[in-house]
Amino acid sequence: MGYDSLFIVLIVSVFLGAVTTLQTAYNLISPLIPDPVISLVVRDMTILELSPTIIAIVYAGKVGSNIAGELGTMRITEQIDALEVMGINAISYLVLPKIIASVLMFPLLVILSAFFAIYSGYLTAVVSGVISGTDYLTGIQMDFNEFGVSFAMIKAVVYGYIVASISAYKGFFTSGGALEVGQSSTNAVTSSCIGILAADFSLAYLLAPFLTPS
Amino acid sequence: MIEVQNISKSFGDKQVLFDVSGNFEKGKCNLIIGMSGTGKSVLLKCMVALLPTDTGNVLYDNRDFTHGDKQLQTDVRREIGMLFQGGALFDSKSVEQNVMFPLEILTKMTPEEKLDRVNFCLERVGLENVNNKMPSEISGGMKKRVGIARAMVNNPNYLFCDEPNSGLDPQTSIRIDNLIKEITDEYKITTVVVTHDMNSVLEIGDHIIYIYEGRKLWEGDNKHIMDSGVKELDDFVFANRMMRMVKDKSL
Repeated sequence: MGYDSLFIVLIVSVFLGAVTTLQTAYNLISPLIPDPVISLVVRDMTILELSPTIIAIVYAGKVGSNIAGELGTMRITEQIDALEVMGINAISYLVLPKIIASVLMFPLLVILSAFFAIYSGYLTAVVSGVISGTDYLTGIQMDFNEFGVSFAMIKAVVYGYIVASISAYKGFFTSGGALEVGQSSTNAVTSSCIGILAADFSLAYLLAPFLTPS
Repeated sequence: MIEVQNISKSFGDKQVLFDVSGNFEKGKCNLIIGMSGTGKSVLLKCMVALLPTDTGNVLYDNRDFTHGDKQLQTDVRREIGMLFQGGALFDSKSVEQNVMFPLEILTKMTPEEKLDRVNFCLERVGLENVNNKMPSEISGGMKKRVGIARAMVNNPNYLFCDEPNSGLDPQTSIRIDNLIKEITDEYKITTVVVTHDMNSVLEIGDHIIYIYEGRKLWEGDNKHIMDSGVKELDDFVFANRMMRMVKDKSL
């Protein structure tokens, strides 16, 4: 689940970090704004929003569709019926491990994503010369609020749960044939994305005040 | 013995089963036959509680499975082996793991005991040296036989088979039929087979229930099915040319 998503997560993260650095740098060119502010913005955007939320949407597309497709296929080929006839609780056996795995693995992906995005931002800054490496490193240490990392981890756990549970629900209750399995996969991704964005807003509303220095 | 009492089932406005009753005896191959879309598989799924019934109940050796508590349902289900239409083998598991699965989940056997039992069952259905093959690597007939091995691995008291011959060539069909019959006789289990295959009806039909448009229209055995006197059943039995020729010759 997490391991198979590593490649796509790293690719997306590297480009996220690079693009965010360039865009922020070109928008903050001013003698009044010190250069380290650019990497401060990159750091906070990456940790608070880009790594958890954008990667969650990528994760929904990869893992969510996979879960829905797998369970949907199991449903239409009577594999779930076979489990139930054996007296096995199919939801506990098939769905619960996926939710637990997702809740445990997605935060690790977010940590890796944030690391690679910030590091690729550094390389982009140095290679393109928009700011110096020293300024970039100064900026990412400036005014650091540890709660930002906790906030990102809370988001990651919630998103991991949302993607796995919505996708498992869509797949588990598939009925029909191959066409419906495809529809379940698509619905799983769509619903997961909506769930992620709604949770993003709710969590920001609830937890963002804790980011403000008292 | 399995007793089905007054089962009715509908999906929305469409009623599929109308007050169906019947007894399925131990040590016999009990067949539920009828045309496609007549409610045979729905009846089978109601019997194993994969579908809830609207009315009626199912008794397994006098245990009320339909209205019993969850523990009773789980206990009964652990005495059931079921062969599904497409085999329903778990795609991600090898043949050996598929057959071993019920033992892994439901028993406390040692790994050696489990492997011995799996090999015995695979040998019993005529499949040797396929332990490590994946379901995608074996033929439809082999999948059905693996399905039978998985259904019998836990020594079930009740064996259900949903259209075991569908999609198989005549020789493989007969082989599957014979296997089901042998297992039933050997282990004295209650076997219920849903089929519309006339070869199966004539070969293994110790006790037959004919379902027509959701209603039980006839009950008997394979010796009397040819002279039932029920028009709808005659139309079903003598639908193909070979059966009509057999009928004409006997006349």
